[in-house]
Amino acid sequence: MEKREFHVTAETGIHARPATLLVQAASKFNSEVSLQYQDKSVNLKSIMGVMSLGVGQNADITITTDGDDEADAMSAVAETMKKEGLSD
Amino acid sequence: MRAMLKGIAASDGVVCGPVYRLVDPDLSCAPRSIKNLDYELTRFHQALDAATSEVETIKTRVTKNLGADGAQVFCHQISMLKDPELVKRVEQIINEQRLNAEVALSRAVEQLETVDQPLQDNPYLEERLTQLHQVTKRLTAHLLGVKLPDIALIDRPVILVAHELVSNEAFPTDMSNILGIITDLGGRVAHVSLLARAKGIPAVVGAQTATTQLRDGETIVMNGKLGNITLGPSSAELYHAKVTMAKQRANSAKLAEQPNHGTLTKDGVDVLLAANMETAADLPAIIQGGAEAVGLFRTEFLYMQTDSLPSEDEQFVAYRDILQKLAPRPVVMRTLDIGGDKSLPYQVAGQTENSFLGARAIRQSLAHQQMFRSQLRALLRASAYGNLNIMFPMISTLDEFRQAKAIYNDERSQLTAANIPLGQVHVGMMIEVPAAAILADRFAQEVDFMSIGTNDLIGYTLAADRTDPDVAYLYQPYHPAVLRLIDSIIRAGHAAGIPVAMCGEMAGDPIAVPLLLGMGLDEFSMGANELGRTRELIGQLKAHDLASLVETVLNSASTSQEVITMVQAVAPDVVK
Repeated sequence: MEKREFHVTAETGIHARPATLLVQAASKFNSEVSLQYQDKSVNLKSIMGVMSLGVGQNADITITTDGDDEADAMSAVAETMKKEGLSD
Repeated sequence: MRAMLKGIAASDGVVCGPVYRLVDPDLSCAPRSIKNLDYELTRFHQALDAATSEVETIKTRVTKNLGADGAQVFCHQISMLKDPELVKRVEQIINEQRLNAEVALSRAVEQLETVDQPLQDNPYLEERLTQLHQVTKRLTAHLLGVKLPDIALIDRPVILVAHELVSNEAFPTDMSNILGIITDLGGRVAHVSLLARAKGIPAVVGAQTATTQLRDGETIVMNGKLGNITLGPSSAELYHAKVTMAKQRANSAKLAEQPNHGTLTKDGVDVLLAANMETAADLPAIIQGGAEAVGLFRTEFLYMQTDSLPSEDEQFVAYRDILQKLAPRPVVMRTLDIGGDKSLPYQVAGQTENSFLGARAIRQSLAHQQMFRSQLRALLRASAYGNLNIMFPMISTLDEFRQAKAIYNDERSQLTAANIPLGQVHVGMMIEVPAAAILADRFAQEVDFMSIGTNDLIGYTLAADRTDPDVAYLYQPYHPAVLRLIDSIIRAGHAAGIPVAMCGEMAGDPIAVPLLLGMGLDEFSMGANELGRTRELIGQLKAHDLASLVETVLNSASTSQEVITMVQAVAPDVVK
């Protein structure tokens, strides 16, 4: 299992467009990918789950990947976070 | 003829064709107990596949017209259709409660909605719910075997019939398959009417019961000049409509061939003929129509086509491309005018219920300076690539103009300090609030140019909401009060030595053009499809003769009808 923390720097937080791209990135892998924010955890392959959190600017989130391709899944998600300007 | 419907004539032209109603079908469904679970699950997955491929089609067509950013919302919808949580919940309800897929879907969606209750003020969640409802509607339609219409799914020529077309819905794809537009609501200057005239699509608005009286697929004849809709037309009526359509096509081809040689009156007075522009998609029509300038670029459409605020860089690229393509023509870009009948599809801090008398246009820009400053920076950076002028909308007081200009100067000096190349930019204002019109002589001392926005000026002067069909009769461009205001604005501008333009509908109106020429208006800016006709009209008129017509009209006309009669008496051959 891999676990990494991110600090959301984007002014608009994780709104529809980056959320869609994060879900698309996570869905390419077999591993279970989840997103924790405050006391809630959701499936990062579920757009409804991700958007139900309403992650805004300055939120601290944790992403966990668990499965045979967990390392690749984590780097793909991290890359999307960076490319979309969500975090540093 | 089975029946005749009457609406407001919004865009000229006669067409006949099949009706395409943009109306949601009945999607209600009752719970049923399911015996064959496998069959129900298969039915659900088939509906998922069909709905996904339909949204893919919409996405592809919208992307073609608006680019990937404009189609973002459909990517979002596709992700929802593929959402494992949604699918899992629906399957669970079908399996455990033995319910039909339609009802299982609506219960699953209810569950997903209630999860969010404590966070309801969050704009992301509202957006998510809106998209979730769209997706649910499309899925339910497939399960029930009915069609959920969408402009982007139209693949043959039709007459579009809708209850109302609001700005961000009205142009998702190219409109080549839209023969005509009919709406239940709206007036002559509603957004849909402006769009129809800009694209040269015949339109009848305010037709009240059109969506309930017309049937999908039935052939009708509509006349956008008279505001008539003929249901069940006779073969003679159909034949007549087809002949008229052919003539219209030949006519517009002829006008498009006219070379761009400037615009002169018969007695040699040079006026600037300009076009109004909403998106880059209007460029071919503007250039072909021989526009010598763009008198109004409505920047708000850039903000309406995406699901979040466009960044400074995104705006810069859009403005730069337009300026480059139009150079050396001068282009007047108006800063954001949100409010009235135009709102953004996403939340902006402080955005309230929009109204024509509320916090719209410059009022919003001054209240939310971050957004305003980023737009000004994008415009300034683009100014190095063409001939840019900027104007502020809805100025009511000198103080508003001074504040906006100070912010502009501030951004300009910061960019200069950072060695960003900038062009020479004139900064002017729209005159559309009666207070500004009356005080035009004072404003003229401080602005580089004035542009009269007649749609709002008429609405505010006659106190009539332009989107309300019940008061459409009050939209009177020839009301003597409106004409006196316009005349005094033009005189105030000329006394101060600055040019006066008009960028409202009136600038292309055949009754108004002779009066405006007589008053000495410098620039006429209109929908691209009206350029050819207006240039021809201006070429047949003598500006010097018209000065006395203006004097007569301003001194002695009491009603709009009297004005029309006076104009027609002076120029009976050219003004019909």
